[in-house]
Amino acid sequence: MKREAHPENWLQITPQGLYCRPGDFFIDPHRPVERAVITHGHADHARPDHHRVLATAETLAIIQTRYGDRAGHSFQALKYGESIELGETRVRLVPAGHVLGSAQVVVEWGGWRVVVSGDYKRRRDPTCAPFEVVPCDVFVTEATFALPVFRHPPDAEEIHRLLHSVSVFPERSHLVGVYALGKAQRVIRLLREAGWDRPLFIHGALRPLCELYEALGVGLGELRVATEARGEDLAGEILLAPPSALADRWSRRFADPLPAVASGWMRVRQRARQRNVELPLIISDHADWQELTRTLEEVQAPEVWVTHGSEEALIHWCRLRGIRGRALSLIGRGEEEQEEVV
Amino acid sequence: MKAFSELLDRLVFTPRRSVKLRLIQNYFSHTEDPDRGWALAALTGQLRFPGAKPAIIRALTETRIDPVLFRWSYDYVGDLAETVALVWPAQPGINHEPRLAEVADLLQGASRSEVPGLLEAWLDGLDPTGRWALLKLITGGLRVGVSERLAKTAVAAFGNQEVATIEELWHGLEPPYLDLFSWLEGRGDPPAVDESAAFRPLMLSHAVEEAELEQLDLESFVAEWKWDGIRAQLVARNGESRLFSRNGEDISPSFPDLLAEVDFDAVLDGELLVAFNGHVASFNDLQQRLGRKAPSAKQFRDYPAHLKVYDLLVEAGEDLRPLPFIERRRRLERWFARLQPERMDLSDIVPIMDVEQLIRLRREARATGVEGLMLKRASSPYLAGRPKGHWFKFKRDPHTADAVLMYAQRGHGRRSSYYSDYTFGAWNEEGALVPIGKAYSGFTDAELKRLDKWVRDNTVDRFGPVRAVKPGLVLEVAFDAVQPSKRHKSGIALRFPRIARIRWDKPIAEAEQLETLRNLIS
Ligand SMILES: [Zn+2]
Ligand SMILES: [Zn+2]
Repeated sequence: MKREAHPENWLQITPQGLYCRPGDFFIDPHRPVERAVITHGHADHARPDHHRVLATAETLAIIQTRYGDRAGHSFQALKYGESIELGETRVRLVPAGHVLGSAQVVVEWGGWRVVVSGDYKRRRDPTCAPFEVVPCDVFVTEATFALPVFRHPPDAEEIHRLLHSVSVFPERSHLVGVYALGKAQRVIRLLREAGWDRPLFIHGALRPLCELYEALGVGLGELRVATEARGEDLAGEILLAPPSALADRWSRRFADPLPAVASGWMRVRQRARQRNVELPLIISDHADWQELTRTLEEVQAPEVWVTHGSEEALIHWCRLRGIRGRALSLIGRGEEEQEEVV
Repeated sequence: MKAFSELLDRLVFTPRRSVKLRLIQNYFSHTEDPDRGWALAALTGQLRFPGAKPAIIRALTETRIDPVLFRWSYDYVGDLAETVALVWPAQPGINHEPRLAEVADLLQGASRSEVPGLLEAWLDGLDPTGRWALLKLITGGLRVGVSERLAKTAVAAFGNQEVATIEELWHGLEPPYLDLFSWLEGRGDPPAVDESAAFRPLMLSHAVEEAELEQLDLESFVAEWKWDGIRAQLVARNGESRLFSRNGEDISPSFPDLLAEVDFDAVLDGELLVAFNGHVASFNDLQQRLGRKAPSAKQFRDYPAHLKVYDLLVEAGEDLRPLPFIERRRRLERWFARLQPERMDLSDIVPIMDVEQLIRLRREARATGVEGLMLKRASSPYLAGRPKGHWFKFKRDPHTADAVLMYAQRGHGRRSSYYSDYTFGAWNEEGALVPIGKAYSGFTDAELKRLDKWVRDNTVDRFGPVRAVKPGLVLEVAFDAVQPSKRHKSGIALRFPRIARIRWDKPIAEAEQLETLRNLIS
C-alpha cells in the first residue's frame, strides 16, 4: 500500500461533487456528469440528467419514478456484493440500510479500500436490506445526527405512542408527516407489524413510490388516497403525507387533525414545538450518535471523512480515539431531513 | 415514572386546553396511588426539592460524558434538563426504573450530599423521556403549559366534581392525596375542609351588552363600580392571614404591607389595587407589585397595596355565603364601620335609576381604576363559579385602533392550517411600522378563509410557522388600555387586544400613529 496512492490523492471534491480519478466516475454528484455512481434515491444524492448511471436496480427504479425522462441516458444495475471494474478501480455496492436500494460504494485502488457509505442506519428496517460492515482504510460517513443528544428510541415504541394516541383521541384524524421515499413505507410497515390492519390513507404525492415499493416486493397493505375519502369518515384513522402538507390547505378537510411528524429531528422538543407538531415521532432513517460511533469502531478505518451534519462533533470523537478525522464539505447534502416542516 | 413522563411529554406539545384536560384525566384513571397523587402535586406546583441544583446535575453528567461533546450538545439543545436527558449514557446492567412516588418520597427526605447518588441511579434506570421528566420535576417548574387551576380542573373532571369543590378542599389536602382520590372514585368520604385559612372559590359574573340591559329587571339589582385591579380574597383566622388570587393561588408573599394591617377574623372578597390615601392608581402601578416575592421598601412606598372590599363571606367563623347579597352587604358595612381597617375601603354602591343612566355612567367611567359597572342581584347568595342570572358586568367600551397586519402565524389544532394569529403595527415618527400587539379572534370561517388567503398571497418572508406579509391590510383592534412596555420596540403594550373588524376598505396610510396610542397611557 503505497503512500502516493493514498485516497486523498485520487478521491477528491470537485465542483460537480466527489470524483474518483482512476475510475473516472462521480459518487452522488449534485450536477450532471458523464458517469455517476448513486448510493440511493434521495434527491440530495440522486440528481437528474447524468449521462451514465450506476446503482442498485431498486435505486434505478426509484430514480426513474422520480425523474422520468430526466433520470439519465443509460443505466447499469449492480447487485449487492457483485464487483465490477470501473477504469482502474474495482467497485462494489453493499447494503446501507437507509432506504430500499441504498448502498455503500466500496472502491479499491492501489491497495487502498475506501467505503463511501452515503446515508445509513444500523437498526432493522422492514423495507430494506440491513447495513453491512466492510472494514476499510478510509470510511466516508454522513453526520446528520452526529451529536450525543441524538438517540433514536426503538421504532416499536414510537409506533406504540401513535397507536395509543389514536385510542385516546378516536374522534381526531392523526396526520403523520413522512418523507415520501423510505420513511413513508417504513412507517407503514411498522404500523402493519404493530397490528394496524385498517386501510391507511395517503397523500397523493406518496402514491408513486408506495406503488413502486409494492412492485419491488415490499407489501404495504391497503392504502387509499386520502382526498378520495370524506373528511368526516377519517376520524380515528391514520393519514400519511409529506411534512409540508400538514400545514397546507390539504389538511383542512379532515376531522380535527392531530399533527404528527416522523423524523429524527423530533428528538429535540424545541424543534418539534416550533413546527406546531403535537405528536413528535422519533423515527429516523439516519444513524443516531450511537449507531455512528459503533459503525466507526466496527469498520476499523484509521481515517474517517465526515460529510453533511455535525462534522466537528464526530471528528472530535475520532480524535479522542486516535482516528484521523477530516471534514468533507459536500454541497447540497442533508436536504431530505431538513425539508421545511412548516 | 413512565406514565408520568409520557404525560408530560404529550402536554408539552399540546396547545389546546380541552385536550390537555383529557390527557391528564386519562392519566389519573390509568395510574395507581400514590403515583398519581404525586403527579397532581407536581402539576399543581406543590413539590420543592431544594437539594437538587442544576450545578449538581451538570457535574454528575460530566463524570459520564466528554465535556466538549456535552457543551456542544447543550449549545444545540439550549435546555439543561433536556440535554442531560438525551446525552446521559445509561449504564448497562440491572437498572431499576423508579416510581414517581419513590422519587418524590426519597428526594424530600434526602440531605444535600445524598442527592447526587440518588439521581445517578435514577438516571441510569430511566429512558430519555423519563430522565427529562425527572430533571424537570426536581429542578422545579415543569413548564408543560399546565396551570395549577387546569390541574385541579382535570382532577375535578376525573371525579365528576366541580373545580370549585376541589379548590375549597385544597388547602386541607396533602400529597399524595389518597383521601381525595378515594373520594373521587366513590370509595370514601369527602376530605374534611380546613376551615382555618382556606380559599373559598369566587363568584364570577357574566358580561352584559347594552341591548341586553332592557331584559333585566333593574329594580332587583344593586350596582357597584367594577374596579380595574385584580380580584382577590383575603382570609384571616386565628391570627393567620392570607391573600389569594381569583384562582386560589396564594399571593400573600407579594403583599405583606396589606396583610400587616389585618387583625380581624373574616373572609373578604375585594379588588386589589394600588392607592394613595384612598386615591386609586392605574393598573400599571399595580403591575409593579404583581409576582414579586419580596417587594422592596421602595415598592411599598411607591406602590402601596390597597383592598376595595366588595363582600363579606365569613365573619368570625360564621359562613355568610348562603345569605342574600343585600344582607351580606349590611353585615359588611356594619363590620367595616366597627373595625375601620387600614389600607382598605368599601366599594361604593351606585344608585340605579334606569338603563339610560347606566349607559351614561359607564361612558363616563373613564376615571382611573374603573373599568365599568357590576350589577348584582340583591337576593343572590354567594355562589362558587359563574352561576347564570346573578351577577353581570357591564364593561365600558373598549378603545379601538386601526393597525396594519405585519405577521401571521398558524393556529393550533382545528386551525393549524390557517394563519389565524396576527401581529399588527402602527406608524412611528419615522414613518415606519412597529409592532404593537398580537391577537387572534373568533372570526367566521368565511372571514378566516379570506384572511388566510390574503396572508398566503402577500407573504414576503417565512420563519417556521410565522409569515411576514407585505403591509396592505388594516385590522381594527379593540383593547382595554395602553401600558408602557420596555419589552416591546414600540414602547407600548395593549391590554386585552382583540380583532374587532377587518378593514378591507381602509388604506394603510390611514392606520394609527404610535404617538396617538402613547397618549392613551393612563
Ligand atoms: Zn438519504
Ligand atoms: Zn443525505
